[in-house]
Amino acid sequence: MESHLYAVEMKSITKEFPGVLANQDVDFNLQKGEIHALLGENGAGKSTLMNILTGLYRPERGTILVNGEVVEFRSPRDAINHGIGMVHQHFMLVPTQSVTENVLLGLDEPRFKLNLSHYHQVISDLGEQYGLHVDPRAKIWQLSVGEQQRVEILKVLYRGATVLVLDEPTAVLAPQEIDELFHTLRSMTKEGKSIIFISHKLDEVMAIADRITVLRKGKVSAAGLETSTTNKQELANMMVGREVLFRLEKVEQEPGEVVLGIEDLQAENDKGLPALRGISLEVRAGEIVGLAGVAGNGQRELADVITGLRPATGGCVRVYGQVLVGEGCQEPRGSNMVRTIIDAGVSHIPEDRTHVGSSPNLSLTDNAIMKGYRQAPIARGWSIDHSTAREYTQGLKSAYDIMAPTVDTLARLLSGGNLQRLILAREISSEPRLMIAMQPTRGLDVGAIEGVQRLLLEQRANGAAILLVSEELEELISLSDRIYVIYEGRIMGETRKADPGMLGQMMTGTRLEDIASNHEVRP
Amino acid sequence: MSLVGTSRSKFKFPYRFRVEPRLKQPGWLSAVISLGAVVLALIIGGVILLIVGGNPLRAYGFMAKAAFGDLGVISDTLTKATPLILVSLAAVIAFRMRLWNIGAEGQFFIGAFGASAVVLTPLLPPTTSPWLMIPAMVIAGMVTGAIWGFIPGFLKARLNVNEIITTLMMNYIAVAWNNFFIFAVWSEGGFQMTPQFPKSAWLPRLTDLSSQIPAFRGLTTHLGLVFGLIAAVVVWWILYRSRWGYEIRLIGDNPRAARYAGINIVRNTVLVMMLSGALAGLAGMAEISGVVHRLQGAISPGYGFTGIIIAWLSKLNPLLVVPISVLFGGLILAGREIQPSGLPMLIQGIILVCLIASDFLLRYRVRLTSRVEEA
Repeated sequence: MESHLYAVEMKSITKEFPGVLANQDVDFNLQKGEIHALLGENGAGKSTLMNILTGLYRPERGTILVNGEVVEFRSPRDAINHGIGMVHQHFMLVPTQSVTENVLLGLDEPRFKLNLSHYHQVISDLGEQYGLHVDPRAKIWQLSVGEQQRVEILKVLYRGATVLVLDEPTAVLAPQEIDELFHTLRSMTKEGKSIIFISHKLDEVMAIADRITVLRKGKVSAAGLETSTTNKQELANMMVGREVLFRLEKVEQEPGEVVLGIEDLQAENDKGLPALRGISLEVRAGEIVGLAGVAGNGQRELADVITGLRPATGGCVRVYGQVLVGEGCQEPRGSNMVRTIIDAGVSHIPEDRTHVGSSPNLSLTDNAIMKGYRQAPIARGWSIDHSTAREYTQGLKSAYDIMAPTVDTLARLLSGGNLQRLILAREISSEPRLMIAMQPTRGLDVGAIEGVQRLLLEQRANGAAILLVSEELEELISLSDRIYVIYEGRIMGETRKADPGMLGQMMTGTRLEDIASNHEVRP
Repeated sequence: MSLVGTSRSKFKFPYRFRVEPRLKQPGWLSAVISLGAVVLALIIGGVILLIVGGNPLRAYGFMAKAAFGDLGVISDTLTKATPLILVSLAAVIAFRMRLWNIGAEGQFFIGAFGASAVVLTPLLPPTTSPWLMIPAMVIAGMVTGAIWGFIPGFLKARLNVNEIITTLMMNYIAVAWNNFFIFAVWSEGGFQMTPQFPKSAWLPRLTDLSSQIPAFRGLTTHLGLVFGLIAAVVVWWILYRSRWGYEIRLIGDNPRAARYAGINIVRNTVLVMMLSGALAGLAGMAEISGVVHRLQGAISPGYGFTGIIIAWLSKLNPLLVVPISVLFGGLILAGREIQPSGLPMLIQGIILVCLIASDFLLRYRVRLTSRVEEA
């Protein structure tokens, strides 16, 4: 049997969306048994290309070959019939059903009678084969994010995929879970599977990929580079199209007085379950303090409590020694907590830009004055000085390089990076004393990340206290003066000299003291 | 010529439609598309007229004449438009915050009651100067309307009770409340109406000036129209130039962002419902003081509900409310003049459907592309 060298070949693929050429003459090939990384900034056309490969979109032009044979996919079902399956970034699972039920969902077999115990065994065996350990009887909602991802991979494998497309699979994982995933991926390639790994994280790509294809603005800027022949700097330049500085200018400076003091803070999440179980930390003027942790360990609740959006159930938050939230809070009940906190000089870059940080159908100007519309010069008595507001927005637009036709453009027409710059511009221009920055660079491309990080460092130099919440360890380490690690609503420890391994252990629930004592025992 | 695009043997239409979202909306687009929708509605209505054996051009001509044909009917149209402007503004301000106040009808009735109470209780004797009587009635109408808005607003803000249900139900209460007073308390000799108000409680009409300007003889347009025009400008100013209006627009578009900006949503919910109720109450006051001159059962042919439609058609723009209300005032008037009287209602319905459907064209662009060109 003659086997073809390439599992997948895509030739001069062109796909156009209104106003954008998402893919332009893109060539891509995947060898059998390799891990091929597809690297590019947001909007570079990675997902579009893979959606074409998996039958979700149809290209305007170009051909796809699977095992040397020309194919035309009309739907994802066609693609999976040819052995191509995709694991999406956002899981598509039914939370109340078991792992087995989720894997079988939408298949023709079993037809009528569900012989679940038989399938439990089949799926369990399949998992064993690839090191994807997950209890087939467990309900999805009981599983961790990493385990849910395994279910998604099992779904694709069960459908007989030989080519797996993984869309940013590490975005939701803790460092240890990433290691496990990489282990699984390698064992799958040994079994003859081929993998396309979509990412914009250079370190991971360097760690896992055999070859790399870089996309920029819908075009291929490097095709099938051997990982061993390249380096991070070169890849970054190819992604962005210009030199990217990895070293940020961070001046050593002595932190000032305590701006934010949190003592034994407790709060509940949206479901009424305890989310913060006694958090204590402090942030001083002129320092950036990082808060590391896997998503969903209480970071959002902490930011909400500090900014007044969520009530505390115990403990307190002090800003400049004045109790703003919690016991001993001087504010009379029923007064507007959020507003009091804004007036105290606390700014907030929310995690959710489109649903919390901005108002999609209002203009750039209306979005820019969201925090400042109560004060002069924008407020004039009961009215808003429209021309001053527009001038102010015009100023922000040019100072922060926000790309929009006019200040009257609706916020929903802005791209993610521009919207984030608008929010940053608004939050920074109030010259905050304390800034709560939630995932300020998430989803931004390399160039934009650099700009945002520089702005945060500028604020630090100006003497602002910054609490930086992020899932990007590298970013936390390069920006922060100190890092706290949060796990299940508790602080696992505080560290000055951060190494990723130690942070990773703390992020999965080991206390700093325990790590330290282990180190002492070992030698 | 290349065969790539035509390799399939099956015949295909050489062009196809593509629907694409519009990235920009030029300012004139909205006006052109709306006008086009009205024209299309008239054409559809004309076809229906032809089918039932009428002459569409004559019918339209007659309707236009009945609504806008001479000074007299224009004045009548404006009289009809007056309450429409005010109730539509009531809907606009509430809808802007996504508060679905569909109780303008009830607030209209209760405002009429409040204004009547000043005259009939009587809080002020009939001999009071109009300079005191009219402002007192305006205040009474607006305050009672505001109270009618306050109740669902408070329930919504504090207990999250659905305002659609409460405002709708309160319409019935308002009508029944009025009926009680019309039948039992202020009834004139057992008829279903109160005695006529003294002249001092009448809003001045154009015809009152006929001794100076003879052309105004018999014209019914009254001071309420001025109330409506002022209210339109005030509502516009509140929405686009005031801090409060900014809060309303922000809450309406994204309540989570509003909370994040430190805006008090509870208080604004109550206040906006009260303003909305006050505007509808003012409409009720203007109608009985300017037109009916007494409180009776049939003071509204569903103004409150027509106001919802007008608010929607004006895309919640307070200034656009005025011309659209005049158009609807004309349609109501034409409905009385021509047979069958359902015809203007039919036209109204078709116009509404066309305008709402035309919104699609505002947001999307339809392009005709050639298949050959694509290949």
